[in-house]
Amino acid sequence: MRSFRYARPGSLPEAVALLDQYGSEAKILAGGTDLLVRIRMGHTLPEMVIDLKRVPALAAGIAEIDSRLRFSALTTMTDILGDIRVKRHFPALVEAARVVGSVQIRNRATLAGNICNASPAADTAPALLVYGAIVNMTGTAGRRSAPLSEFFIGPGKTALNRGEIVESIDLPLPRQRSGAAFGRVTRRWGVDLATINLCCTVEASGKARFAYGAAAPRPVLVEDLSGVLVDRGADSDEKDAVLRRLISHTSPRTDVRGSREYRQAMLLVMSRRALRSAISRLYHTDERA
Amino acid sequence: MRAERIPIALTVNGEQRTVETYTHHTLLEFLRAELGLTGTKECCSEGECGACTVLMNGYTVDSCLVLAVEADGGEIVTIEGMGSPGRLSAVQTAFAETGAVQCGFCIPGMIMSAEYLLRQNPLPTVEDIKEGLDGNLCRCAGYSLIIEAVRRAAEARE
Repeated sequence: MRSFRYARPGSLPEAVALLDQYGSEAKILAGGTDLLVRIRMGHTLPEMVIDLKRVPALAAGIAEIDSRLRFSALTTMTDILGDIRVKRHFPALVEAARVVGSVQIRNRATLAGNICNASPAADTAPALLVYGAIVNMTGTAGRRSAPLSEFFIGPGKTALNRGEIVESIDLPLPRQRSGAAFGRVTRRWGVDLATINLCCTVEASGKARFAYGAAAPRPVLVEDLSGVLVDRGADSDEKDAVLRRLISHTSPRTDVRGSREYRQAMLLVMSRRALRSAISRLYHTDERA
Repeated sequence: MRAERIPIALTVNGEQRTVETYTHHTLLEFLRAELGLTGTKECCSEGECGACTVLMNGYTVDSCLVLAVEADGGEIVTIEGMGSPGRLSAVQTAFAETGAVQCGFCIPGMIMSAEYLLRQNPLPTVEDIKEGLDGNLCRCAGYSLIIEAVRRAAEARE
C-alpha cells in the first residue's frame, strides 16, 4: 500500500481543522473496510489519513434523543444488529445491516461510512431513506442537518463541504405503525455488492414509500399516497401500475452485476415482494418474531 | 512520500508489546513482519476471504483492512493465542478430530471466526454456522467438514 501520513485527532474541532487544512488530499478513516481497499488498489491515494476513532464525540453509540434514534458516526453494523430499539422501530435497517459484507466487515464497517462513500448500491441507504434519516454534519462553518435524500449527490459524491464531517445520523421514531421490508438481489450470499436493493414501508393511512439502490447514480426515494398499494382489495394489475410508475424514477445501467433490462425487471419483482412482506408486517405481528 | 513510523503499544496474545510500525502498514503486515506471527495468513487483501481474521478488542476483523496504528492501545488475539502450548482449544481439537483441515491455509481464519461465533452463540444451528463463517473462504471447498467441526466444538464446549 502506498504510504500516507496518519493523524489521530482527539476532538471534533481538531478533526475538522485537519480536514479543512488538507481538503481533498485527506481521507477520513472510520471502519476502513472501503478506504483501505481503495488505497491498496490505487483508486484513492490520500496524502493524509484522518482516523476518527479517538474523537469522543463520534464514539459508537445509539441514543434516544427527542423522539429520534441517534446513531453516532462510529456506530458499526454489528452495533445496529445488537440494538433492541433499532429492531423494534426500524426492522428493515436491521435486515439491511445484516447483509453488509461478512461478520468481520460488519464488526468494523460504520453506518456513517456506508453513506459517506455514497455508493449507489449502499445496502443501508434504502432503509435509511424510507425511514426519513437526517444527517447531522459539523464543519468549520458550524453544524447543520439535511435529509439523507439531499445528502446523496451522485456516485461517491455527498453534500459534505470541505472540512465537514458527519457527526451522527438520526431516524425519527415512527408516529404511525408501519410495516417495512428490505429486499436485495445478489449473485451470491455474503461479501457481494447488490445488483439491486430496495426497501419499502407502508402505513395503514395508505402511504407507501420505496427506496431503490444500485438503480440510479444515487439511491432513489419515492412515495405513493394513492392508497392503492396498501389496499388489500386492489388487484395486482392496479398495484403493478403504481409500482411501475414509482420504478420509472430509477435509471439502472448495465454493468458486471446485471444489465439495465434485468435490473428493471427485478425492481418490479422485488417491489412486489417487499410490498407483500411490508403489508403482512403492518397488519400482523412480525412473522419472523 | 516518505513513510512514517510510530511506536504502538498493544496486547498481543496476552503479552504487552510496544513496537514501531509504519503508519501505512496493515495489522496483518505488522503481525507477520514485525512480530513474526505468521499463523495469520495473507490472501485476498481486500476483506473477501477471511484468511487474515484475528480478534481485535473481542471482535473478529479482517486484519488486512485494519491499520496497525489502529490497534494502538488495543488487544489482539491471533491463532497463536488459541489454546496453550500442548493443549489445543476446543475449536482446534474439533477441527483436527473431524478432519476439517485440507490444505490448511484458511484454517487459522476459520478457527478465529468459529471461536467468535461460539462466544456469541454457544449452540449455533447449521444455518448460524454458515452465516458466522460467511466471511471465510476455503479454496479446497471443505465446507461440510468445517461446519461439522464447529458443531462438534459447540457440543464439546457445553
